[in-house]
Amino acid sequence: MTADEIKAIEERFPHVFHRPFHQRFWPLFLVAGTVLYLIYALWFFSLPQVLRESHWERLPLFLSQWISYDLQPEFRLDQPEITPKYPRFSALGDNPNPDWVVRNADGTFTVLIDGQPKSVTFDKTKATIVANGQTVPVALTSGKPVISGPVPDWITAHDDEVVAKMGFVGEVRVSVDRVKVRKRFLGWANFVFDTRSPFFGKSAGEVISLIWSGPELKAGTSNLALAGDNIWNNAQWQHGDVWTKLLQTIVMAFLGTLLGAFVAFPLAFFAARNITPSGLLSQVLKRFFDFMRSVDMLIWALFFTRAFGPGPLAGSAAIFFTEIGTLGKTYSESLENIDDKPREGIKSTGANGLLVQRYGVMPEVIPVFISQTLYQWESNTRGATIIGAVGAGGIGLKLWEAMRTNSNWANVFYMVLLTLLVVFVFDNISNFLRRRLSRTIHDYNRIQAEQG
Amino acid sequence: MTLSVTAPSGVTHQMADAWRRQTSLRRLYTVLGIGLLLAAMFSSMWFADEANAGHFFDRLPHILDFLSWLVPKDWNDVWRALFDIASPHDTGTQEFNFPLGRVYIWGGFYIPEYFELMLTTVNVALVSTFIGFIFAVPFSFIAARNLTPHPALRLVVKRFMELLRAFPEIVIAGLFAAIVSTGPIAAIIAIGLHSIGALGKLFYEINENIDMRAEEGLKAVGANWFERVRFADLPQVLPNFMSYTLLRVEINVRASTIIGAVGGGGIGEELKLSISRGFGAKTLALVLLLFTTIFIIDQFSAWLRRKLVGEQAFLMGGA
Repeated sequence: MTADEIKAIEERFPHVFHRPFHQRFWPLFLVAGTVLYLIYALWFFSLPQVLRESHWERLPLFLSQWISYDLQPEFRLDQPEITPKYPRFSALGDNPNPDWVVRNADGTFTVLIDGQPKSVTFDKTKATIVANGQTVPVALTSGKPVISGPVPDWITAHDDEVVAKMGFVGEVRVSVDRVKVRKRFLGWANFVFDTRSPFFGKSAGEVISLIWSGPELKAGTSNLALAGDNIWNNAQWQHGDVWTKLLQTIVMAFLGTLLGAFVAFPLAFFAARNITPSGLLSQVLKRFFDFMRSVDMLIWALFFTRAFGPGPLAGSAAIFFTEIGTLGKTYSESLENIDDKPREGIKSTGANGLLVQRYGVMPEVIPVFISQTLYQWESNTRGATIIGAVGAGGIGLKLWEAMRTNSNWANVFYMVLLTLLVVFVFDNISNFLRRRLSRTIHDYNRIQAEQG
Repeated sequence: MTLSVTAPSGVTHQMADAWRRQTSLRRLYTVLGIGLLLAAMFSSMWFADEANAGHFFDRLPHILDFLSWLVPKDWNDVWRALFDIASPHDTGTQEFNFPLGRVYIWGGFYIPEYFELMLTTVNVALVSTFIGFIFAVPFSFIAARNLTPHPALRLVVKRFMELLRAFPEIVIAGLFAAIVSTGPIAAIIAIGLHSIGALGKLFYEINENIDMRAEEGLKAVGANWFERVRFADLPQVLPNFMSYTLLRVEINVRASTIIGAVGGGGIGEELKLSISRGFGAKTLALVLLLFTTIFIIDQFSAWLRRKLVGEQAFLMGGA
């Protein structure tokens, strides 16, 4: 290519090669602006300090608590006889006798944290910690725990306590007067029956045979009813409460969206520029929709929580008010985009205003309206979880309370899984319905196009 | 004018019957559907009312009582609360201690407390939208059926984004509140992660509808994946990406207010406190500020989106 040719091309496409300054450099300005803003945000949130003070070591711990539980037996060494003690409400129930706590023939105890390779054996005078292929003896006779020999890096020797961390499976803490063990199990403890239930500790087969043909465990109640009641009122997992709250969340989203649709539907006709009899009315209604949307679901939720008291009624009302705005806006916008020909056709037959809307407008917009409503329903099912946390009912508050104590992450995960399941199911229902509808819209458009 | 029917009368009868049967069946379905919907609605209403602390019809007459605390004794207190000006009604209680929250910048110049809180909320929204955008763009090119470097990778990224989208923000906020302490950072992480999923989905749907000729042209001259994405695909989709990102900013301002109310700091927390304690003037000031801010951001973003992609920007999209 010669210089002349290049020049010719340049002259032929001046809008490509000689763009004005602001057009050529606006991406650069945008990037520079963003970088400046991020530096400002870094300072505004004092991010370096927050990161320095944060406890990232807690993250794996919390995450592991989502899917596991631990048992923490304690052995007092200053009593006449060494006996294992478990915390109240431990997952083992009232008579714990796990097979991983072994009383040896010579009077010593062995706790198998992960079989023999990770265990601790002790009596009143000495403890032997075994892990990672190493055996560490700890003498307890001199008033404080003393490790003889080198201290491996998985053991921390404090003045009055020796802490041996064994990874996910647990840890051992040895001091002169007691041995504390934390053993971690994968899974959820007592998910079906809690420790107070007469079915506790029984295998699935035993429970089934009890329900099928066993003697009544509680006089006057069938075993099936008793089992159902025990599961529903499981003290640790609160299945009954969780499922009721979940249903509340679903109901809030459903009721709020549906009522919002009912109110927004007639209003949208008066707000659509091409249909409304008065331009002023259209403006007033549109500003009203903007207002309902901008006041925000949170503000409505807080107000209605105060008005009706905490519960799903407040949540439904909050979603209802926000939805009037959102659906009113989207409805009126789709009304403004309709094809005017069917309306003119109906009008030319002398039909009155209502009939023109019914036969000239509705067939065109109803599938679109339903699709938009389904979309909002789906997104409100997610939103209802969050506003629940400010007291508007549903699973949100329960989730928030379970999280605030930082101790009940397994329950949190259980509720999260249920919420995910609900969102997943409702997404699919709404997607399915919308796909059916969009086929209807598509067919309608195609038929129109064919007819010219 | 007379209408002449050429078909044999038996056939017309059959057709008319079939048509009548069809319409009556359709009408039956419509009635059944609406009946079912109404039944579900009324049972839902009953259920919500039963589960609520106060019942609808018991509380309805008291709605006005509830609104009466909102009306301040002195309407000027709303402005004083908004701009942290001392109120003559100040008796040392929390309800009227407006100047206490002033954030001094320089000498006697201060930012009123509520503006500072609003700024925090807006900043949380902006930063988390930025996080969402930065991650969603590469993810969207991997997740688009027509552009993906590998189908297996596409599936992984798609599922990952689905999970981020569906995972309740409040749980992420709660988890990180325990790690980085409660406050805006936890809210940023929660809303940012959610934005990655939400924007990623919208973005890859845009990507799947692009004109592939530019991509094919670059492929023909031997461009690799990054070059194709950068020079063939990105220029086509960037206006739409920007438009959806702006829409996301609107949604995230609201989300950050809500997360704020459950411990994420910012204006949401203050509003929740103020309403639960029944501070009329403070509540009105906060609602006014929040409403105005959201309204301005919505209108500005709508204007910008209309400039970017035209009326198309107002098709449904979000969540």
